[in-house]
Amino acid sequence: MRLTINGTEHDIEAAPEMPLLWAIRDLAGLTGTKFGCGIGQCGACTVHLDGAPVRSCSITAGAVGTKRITTIEGLAVGGQDHPVQQAWEQLNVPQCGYCQAGQLMTAAALLARKPNPTDADIDQAMVGNLCRCGTYVRIRHAVKLAAEIQAGGAK
Amino acid sequence: MTQFTRRDFLKVTTAAGALLATISLPGCRPKASAAGSALDPSVFVRINPDNTITVTIAKSEMGQGVRTSLAMLVAEELDADWSQVRVEQASFDPKYGDMGTGGSGSVRDNWKQLRESGAALRMMLVAAAAKEWGVDSKECRTENSFVVHDGKSRRAHYGSLAAAAATISIPTTIALRPKSEWKILGKDRVGIDVSDITHGRATYGLDVKVPGMLYASIERTSVFGGSVKSVDKTAALAVPGVKAVVEIPAIGNGVNVHAGVAVVATSTWAALQGRRALKVEWDGGTRAAESTDGYRSFMQAAVEKAGAEMVNKAGDPDGVLAKASTVHTATYETPFLSHATMEPMNCTASVVGDKVEVWSPTQFPGWAAEALAQALKTDIKNVQVHVTLMGGGFGRRINPDFTVEAALVSQRVNQPVKVVWTREDDLRHDFYRPCALHRVDASLGADGMPEAWRHRLSTPSIDVTYGPKPGPGWGPNEADGSGNMSYRIANRSSEYTLLESGVPRGWWRAVSTTHGVFATESMIDELATAAGKDPVEYRLALIDKYTLPQPADSKQFPFDPERLKGVLRTAAEKAGWGRTLPAGHGMGVACSFDHLGYAAEVFEVSVINDRLRIHRVVCAADSGPIVNPSGARAQIEGGIIQGLSAALKERITIAGGAVAQRNFDGYSLLRINEAPAVIEAYFVETDTEPTGLGEPSVPPVAPALANAIFKATGKRLRTLPLAITIA
Repeated sequence: MRLTINGTEHDIEAAPEMPLLWAIRDLAGLTGTKFGCGIGQCGACTVHLDGAPVRSCSITAGAVGTKRITTIEGLAVGGQDHPVQQAWEQLNVPQCGYCQAGQLMTAAALLARKPNPTDADIDQAMVGNLCRCGTYVRIRHAVKLAAEIQAGGAK
Repeated sequence: MTQFTRRDFLKVTTAAGALLATISLPGCRPKASAAGSALDPSVFVRINPDNTITVTIAKSEMGQGVRTSLAMLVAEELDADWSQVRVEQASFDPKYGDMGTGGSGSVRDNWKQLRESGAALRMMLVAAAAKEWGVDSKECRTENSFVVHDGKSRRAHYGSLAAAAATISIPTTIALRPKSEWKILGKDRVGIDVSDITHGRATYGLDVKVPGMLYASIERTSVFGGSVKSVDKTAALAVPGVKAVVEIPAIGNGVNVHAGVAVVATSTWAALQGRRALKVEWDGGTRAAESTDGYRSFMQAAVEKAGAEMVNKAGDPDGVLAKASTVHTATYETPFLSHATMEPMNCTASVVGDKVEVWSPTQFPGWAAEALAQALKTDIKNVQVHVTLMGGGFGRRINPDFTVEAALVSQRVNQPVKVVWTREDDLRHDFYRPCALHRVDASLGADGMPEAWRHRLSTPSIDVTYGPKPGPGWGPNEADGSGNMSYRIANRSSEYTLLESGVPRGWWRAVSTTHGVFATESMIDELATAAGKDPVEYRLALIDKYTLPQPADSKQFPFDPERLKGVLRTAAEKAGWGRTLPAGHGMGVACSFDHLGYAAEVFEVSVINDRLRIHRVVCAADSGPIVNPSGARAQIEGGIIQGLSAALKERITIAGGAVAQRNFDGYSLLRINEAPAVIEAYFVETDTEPTGLGEPSVPPVAPALANAIFKATGKRLRTLPLAITIA
């Protein structure tokens, strides 16, 4: 099958029922998307399908079709960091960092949908992304900062 | 230093379960590099001709920030341009000293040797420049990777001086920079790996790929201590991509590999599919009837009488309690906990003949190397352990089990193999924080202060999982946070009874204080309430020197009551302790000394319509000077979130000798919508050597929260996870 990941076409030899997560990691060799639970409970595997956030452990490679997949490796476009990446770095959000690809992908999708999210919007959108190191308080601040950066307000 | 043997390891789990690294490396003498171009004045730092500076990090990075903080120690004394600092992860090698990462000890262990390495190198660079310029070293200064002579308007960057500096003898007298002159230390620093992390470039254990690598998934016995009776591999071998099915034997000797059957395939998915097709018959073994209910019955009975071990005693608590008109009794119960690192266990191994090479997200590469040598019957000199980044550790990755498993699979299939654990594997084959039952009986004098405190504890001790009983007994390590409380009470005892259990136990961030401090800080609060006294003032009046022999106090950093009072006062002040709160609101406090760090926390909550809201958490911590304030605050925030997760949500139960939970749907972790709105961290930087912050913020969480809930509702909650719904 052919999967379009971050603008590049990958020819994948996989059974259609292989979860997209393993096709991305093992077959396309893009390991930025992480495995945490396999049942859609932790959010570490979050990618975008045509811009919408999905848990790649819970969708099969065969179901993707021609939808455009974006992974964490493709979040920065044309050498320009996404506002969430800038905000995460400014506020030193990650600790171990393992969950952060999923956090960033979910946050980016939120800001595309709601450029000015409230606290409740943020908690609701991010509730599916677990962080065992406990960076939640910084994540909230970083989403707010990313919204400002996106709006052209903050540096 | 020599190989890190299991006995050495048991020696270092001394004072109250703390992993105090007592092994240190004698000063390393750098040699002039043979090629002459990269200066290597020490094992830990080199200057490259392009002016980048590589710091070798010999502690494992699990999010606690050592790759940044340890590099900062070098960069400060070296006077380096931080933007030019790079880090390199050390593979296992005795020359680095104790690489074991845990016990909140990385900055503490490296405080002297890394700063001296940087300082020595700086002096040599200055001497090299001075020699070239024909001036006295004393006339030169350094600034941001440059040596400067103002008088002669000369400056040279370190890279250009590296080769010449290699010919200078290493100074024997090294002066370290005082805190008042710090340029790098003590200032916020963004983590050195953050850019890689936010771009998906960071390589964790699960991301490792080596040429010719296969993937494996292991079906392990669910019942602890079980073994394989028979295996039908036919269907598994027929799954596309599956290359082999091999049995893995159980390994004891403190390594604790479970009996299992490994399916080896060309992708993770194929291995998982192959595993689903396996037909394995298990022999449950001797532990198959064990259960949480059975454990609870034993522990409840145990604490109703004198403990099997008297961990410590002062005065005559039994006698005083027997004569007291009122005895206050409370029982505190906590479950097994899973580490639940976001990255499940995994390891990549390549065994070729007697050579073993692994890429392991391990906290203890030394123990891994020793366990590999033993399990694969090869000399430790043939073992290479490369340490990867890890998606959380919290003490789980201390254990060498997942590393040894991978090597055994690779050996059997003669190819490099990455063993991937599913979340179910990880949750059900952990080394759990023991379940615990504390019972405290106490009586008060006429002045309302405690006269007697008899503390009985029963747990399945951690140490039992690893070897024979330590000299002082099982109790001292388990009684950290309870037996060694610092409240001055004339008649007190700490008693311990071991619960036998097949569940493997290990070290969960802060270890025994996670349950010990819950009991102690809840009970002291109950007594303060009974006495009609303010909980902060009550504690301040009672905190005193700790002089009992077991659990043993640290010799290097003995408990200082003034520092505990200091953080307690700071937390109370910053929280606005004592102000009037609306109905349904409450503030609770707790303080503790854990892994040589002092922490006090105040929780401000409300419970309205039975729903808990945590409005604000204030933490005051004292671990001496702070290296990276941003990272230090992160450790406080993270420890509090993890403590809250355990206090409110987490419970592992045992049924039929196996873990009853399967995945995050059955073992809940705190989510972002349940996190406090505000967490404030304040540091009291007592002028001493730094002692570390990875763990100290965890123990006060559960009791401070329970105490706050009591203030808000009038109800005492004595079982974790707390029976309350978070809004």
